[in-house]
Amino acid sequence: MLPENKYKFLAAEVKKRSGLVLRPEKGYLIESRLAPLARTEGLAGPEAVVDAMMRGDQRLCAAASEALATHETFFFRDKTPFDLFTEIMMPALRTARSTRPLKIWCAAASTGQEPYSLAMLIRETGGLSASILATDMCAHVLEKAKTGLYSQFEVQRGLAIQRLVKHFEQSGDSWRVKPELREMIRFEPGNLLDDFSRYGQQDIIFCRNVLIYFDVDAKAKILDRLAALLAPDGYLVLGAAETVVGLTDTLKPVAGQRGLYVRADAAQKPARPASVVAA
Amino acid sequence: MKTCLVVDDSRVIRKVARKIVEDLGFACEEAPDGKAALDQCRKSMPDAILLDWNMPMMNGLDFLVTLRAEQQGKRPVVVFCTTENDMAHITQALRAGADEYVMKPFDGDIIGSKFAEAGLV
Repeated sequence: MLPENKYKFLAAEVKKRSGLVLRPEKGYLIESRLAPLARTEGLAGPEAVVDAMMRGDQRLCAAASEALATHETFFFRDKTPFDLFTEIMMPALRTARSTRPLKIWCAAASTGQEPYSLAMLIRETGGLSASILATDMCAHVLEKAKTGLYSQFEVQRGLAIQRLVKHFEQSGDSWRVKPELREMIRFEPGNLLDDFSRYGQQDIIFCRNVLIYFDVDAKAKILDRLAALLAPDGYLVLGAAETVVGLTDTLKPVAGQRGLYVRADAAQKPARPASVVAA
Repeated sequence: MKTCLVVDDSRVIRKVARKIVEDLGFACEEAPDGKAALDQCRKSMPDAILLDWNMPMMNGLDFLVTLRAEQQGKRPVVVFCTTENDMAHITQALRAGADEYVMKPFDGDIIGSKFAEAGLV
């Protein structure tokens, strides 16, 4: 365990850099995430990492903040958001975006499984062009995402075998996402605490399982800025444990669709678009 | 209770796989090769089959082709589970009628994920 003053320094530094709130009950994270960093840096252990940070080692401060963020993800994680994407979002926006590509932003893209999953669905549906922006505050996970290279273990979690065959190429012991999917996605480092208005208006924003790490104030501000970037008929997708309720008036949940939000000033939409059109 | 037949010539793999499929809520039967598995299926068709490729007597692919040609043989969901982890083997298995494909080594998460993809859990 870290002494109180060092824990406080680490928590403040990490919050300043990434917004991540280190909760005392998650103290085990410090040990499990900083120990590998200490090893690669040739330091004695987690406490030595914090000592170096306190001496002003900026590079180590950034590395520790990245190490403490959670990157765990897999293809089609939680399934429901991807069903909503196929059944609600794509049909609803298909006509309105027939003249320009659909703009999608994955705001916590981690190692890339989420944007690649969306790219697979777009490709499988056909007839829709899309450009996906994938950002994460952590540069080294984005590097992995950009390569589109996944281990045998990673491609077996959440990914049906037919999709592996269809969308991947074997590369030694690993599997690489095919170029036509990689070309749909632009990877860029980005911190949700910073101004992200330069990304421009987005039709769909996936921002899942990241707000849970922020405090209430930061959550509210980020949600307001996400709403400002969302097209009037666009959609925001949050993680299953996240909500806008009580945090902002700029967004509202879509009734009956867990994790799906629209702008508060959006026109009322049917819960499901009519799938049959009378000829 | 749904039933799962684990077909593998390794007693250790069968034991590990049995624990995993039982945790997923299946009653588990075992067979050490394709021929024994076929005999078992003809007696009582399982809901799911976790199938190794390389085995003595009859290999997994020959078993699958024979099974799918039989009266009730289209019913079970067949999940290959093998060290053959290249695209050529995978596509060959899918063409022969496999529903899912696990590349060894595996763990409970992978089997759970693949059973979910195949609509078993």
